Amino acid sequence: MHKTITIDGQEVPFEAGQTIMDAAISADIYIPHLCHNPDYQPHGSCKLCTVKVNGRNCSACTFPAMEGQDIQNHSADLEQDRLRITQMLFVEGNHFCPSCEKTGNCQLQAVAYYLKMHDNHFPHFFANREMDASHPEILIDHNRCIFCNLCVRASQEKDNKNVFAISGRGINKRLIINSKSGQLKDSDIDINDCAAHICPTGAILIKGTGYQVPIGQRIYDQQKIDEVSLAEESKDHG
Amino acid sequence: MQAFIQTIIDKHEAAPVRLLAILRDIQAEYQHISAATIEILATALKLPRTQIISVIEFYSFLHTTPTGKYDILLSDSITDRMLGKQNLMFYFASQLKLKIGELRSDGLVSLNNTSCTGMCDQGPAGIVNGYALTRLDRPRIDAIIKLIEQHTPVKQWPAEFFAVSDNIYQAGLLLQAPIKPGDALKAHFQRGAQNTLAEIDISGLRGRGGAGFKTAMKWRFCAAEPETERYVVCNADEGEPGTFKDRVILNSYAHQVFEGMTVCASIIGAEQGFLYLRGEYLHLYEKLQAILQERRESALLGNNILNQGINFDIEIRLGCGAYICGEESALIESLEGKRGIPRNRPPYPVSQGYLNKPTVVNNVETFLASTKIAVHGGQWFADVGTEQSQGTKILSISGDCAKPGIYEYAFGVTVAQVLNDCGAYDVLGIQVGGPSGTFIDIKESQRKLAFEDLATGGSFIIFNQSRNILDIVKNFTHFFAHESCGFCTPCRVGTSLLKKQLDKITEGHGSAGDIVALEELCQLVKNNSHCGLGQTAANPILSTLQRYPERYAEKLKDISYEPGFDLDASLETARHLANRDDAGAHLTQVEED
Repeated sequence: MHKTITIDGQEVPFEAGQTIMDAAISADIYIPHLCHNPDYQPHGSCKLCTVKVNGRNCSACTFPAMEGQDIQNHSADLEQDRLRITQMLFVEGNHFCPSCEKTGNCQLQAVAYYLKMHDNHFPHFFANREMDASHPEILIDHNRCIFCNLCVRASQEKDNKNVFAISGRGINKRLIINSKSGQLKDSDIDINDCAAHICPTGAILIKGTGYQVPIGQRIYDQQKIDEVSLAEESKDHG
Repeated sequence: MQAFIQTIIDKHEAAPVRLLAILRDIQAEYQHISAATIEILATALKLPRTQIISVIEFYSFLHTTPTGKYDILLSDSITDRMLGKQNLMFYFASQLKLKIGELRSDGLVSLNNTSCTGMCDQGPAGIVNGYALTRLDRPRIDAIIKLIEQHTPVKQWPAEFFAVSDNIYQAGLLLQAPIKPGDALKAHFQRGAQNTLAEIDISGLRGRGGAGFKTAMKWRFCAAEPETERYVVCNADEGEPGTFKDRVILNSYAHQVFEGMTVCASIIGAEQGFLYLRGEYLHLYEKLQAILQERRESALLGNNILNQGINFDIEIRLGCGAYICGEESALIESLEGKRGIPRNRPPYPVSQGYLNKPTVVNNVETFLASTKIAVHGGQWFADVGTEQSQGTKILSISGDCAKPGIYEYAFGVTVAQVLNDCGAYDVLGIQVGGPSGTFIDIKESQRKLAFEDLATGGSFIIFNQSRNILDIVKNFTHFFAHESCGFCTPCRVGTSLLKKQLDKITEGHGSAGDIVALEELCQLVKNNSHCGLGQTAANPILSTLQRYPERYAEKLKDISYEPGFDLDASLETARHLANRDDAGAHLTQVEED
């Protein structure tokens, strides 16, 4: 017999070792997330997946599911906090959706749509971030990095490399490249690496593929992120 | 250079867990860690270069670009500011002819701010090449400048510049009648490990770092883990502004701290312990090493302790300037030679701590108390204090009072009693537990220091009526933004937004809606942050907004909204490019009705 947790009143079965996020995905329940991808070690840093577990805030992607948990996922308070956290990510970097190639395919943008974000709310940081166009096939635009760590994890866990790392502290946090020059062209990244394709935003783009799908016909132009995310993630792990 | 670096690597056995120590040694020689050095280290330690760079960039005391042969930092704690630190800083910079935060062009000297150095009872304080400076004033700064310009090595500077006093004004159970080295271990071995643990349980001892987890329970959990390789860690990363009691305990009671760690080790079955000493307390390092050596020679440490067949040793690892490393899981990361990022929990350190092995992490004061309890028994401790907060608490008292220093009280003491004892008059309010604690008004002076009322790790900063509340809150809020590790969004972005929003109000650009926005942001950061830093970073604003709303309100403009930036100043680039400066090229901030 399965053990169960309760998410928004719905009984959800889980197996030993599963996180709340794992159990939710298996039960076709969407919990907003950006730094989480079921193919990689959970990170717990974006905090979009914050849920209330027996009254206490926990990150669904890292917190183990345990018998008897009463979990709140959709509530006005939680949605409001998720909206604000998403707005924080927007003002921290420099995100200009209309001029970004990733528009329509961007998870940050899609989560913002899902949470009905209409403005940035907070003052912009106007951070001075750079682009690294040195690599012939892969482009990095640091303006759009949200520090989800997925490229770091993908490079380590799937590609068996160490192309990316997070450096700096606090608001001066930054993505760095493992090469003597610090540039992507001198690193051992390959176009076929998982790390080159994992970015949820437009911070890591593949050159020569831009605008092959017209704006308006892209993933999140047609479907909301909860549907896309569940279809993708429960397919692999359901 | 290569030969020197190799010596350092060999000294630390090319162990990646000792990366911080390696970097400290290299920086002490070359004033920074160069790109070439990073390449050598990456090869020798078999680490990706990015890991070394990311560690250097995480810690305030490590640099990838050169600092001065004389690197001077002034403590920017509120207590240092109250003692005139800002004026001294400007004086220092003008006399040295350099800009704060920069290296002088001749490469001789650099000057910058640093977070509280734990000398709040003898400030304004600073650090030169890692060593603590106390009681700074203009004559002393003049003397220091002379020594620098004459290239006099820091080792030859007058000893009084580095004098650090204990300033113990009131001693209780823990600070009175120190026990002789070995007495706690003898009592413990005679009684038996389980019986000593029972005594710790009876004592009611709770962690003295502030969180207050029951010590006996923590040790019991760790001892019950199936994994038998276990560790004991003493958290001496006392970074909470206004706290300095661990500095005094380690200066004068270190034997008893190490003995407490050894008692713990024999109960949980650990063979290796660590003292994680904050970098600001480098001046204690040699002294503590000598005490460890003395204990090894007296069979109180090392193999076969007191002929009981128990092996345990302690290594001191130094921090490098990061408040977050006081958080136990961040401390463990740092002990492993990594960035101090708090881990996801569960698992907790008692089951997966250092190197993912079961680990007990306790505060300096907790180990001192354990030693005393091992000798005198649990009841001796439990008889003092309140029902929920047994025993005594050592306070670090600073700010506006006649006798700043160390005071030990039974839990349950009133704030009024403490104020009376240290000679504080005309008091406006007290920051209890440091910036992450609570700001209370003098009207609340009958409140008690105890876990059930005002919980505290020991920081007690007194402000008199001449102080400006908003200056205090600003200092604390900037502190948290500086110390946020950056791991999670709400704290990384939120603490910087709190700083911006508070500054907007205190600088007179706020309107009514800004207070609402500030409060909303406080709750957001508090409720969603990953660890204690973010969860408490808004406390200075929240506790003062609740008590002194009028101090905030009087800063507001009458208009309904003002943008967070200076509209006219933002046009400066455009005016410059257009080469015009007429009236039409200027805008007023907001049209007043």
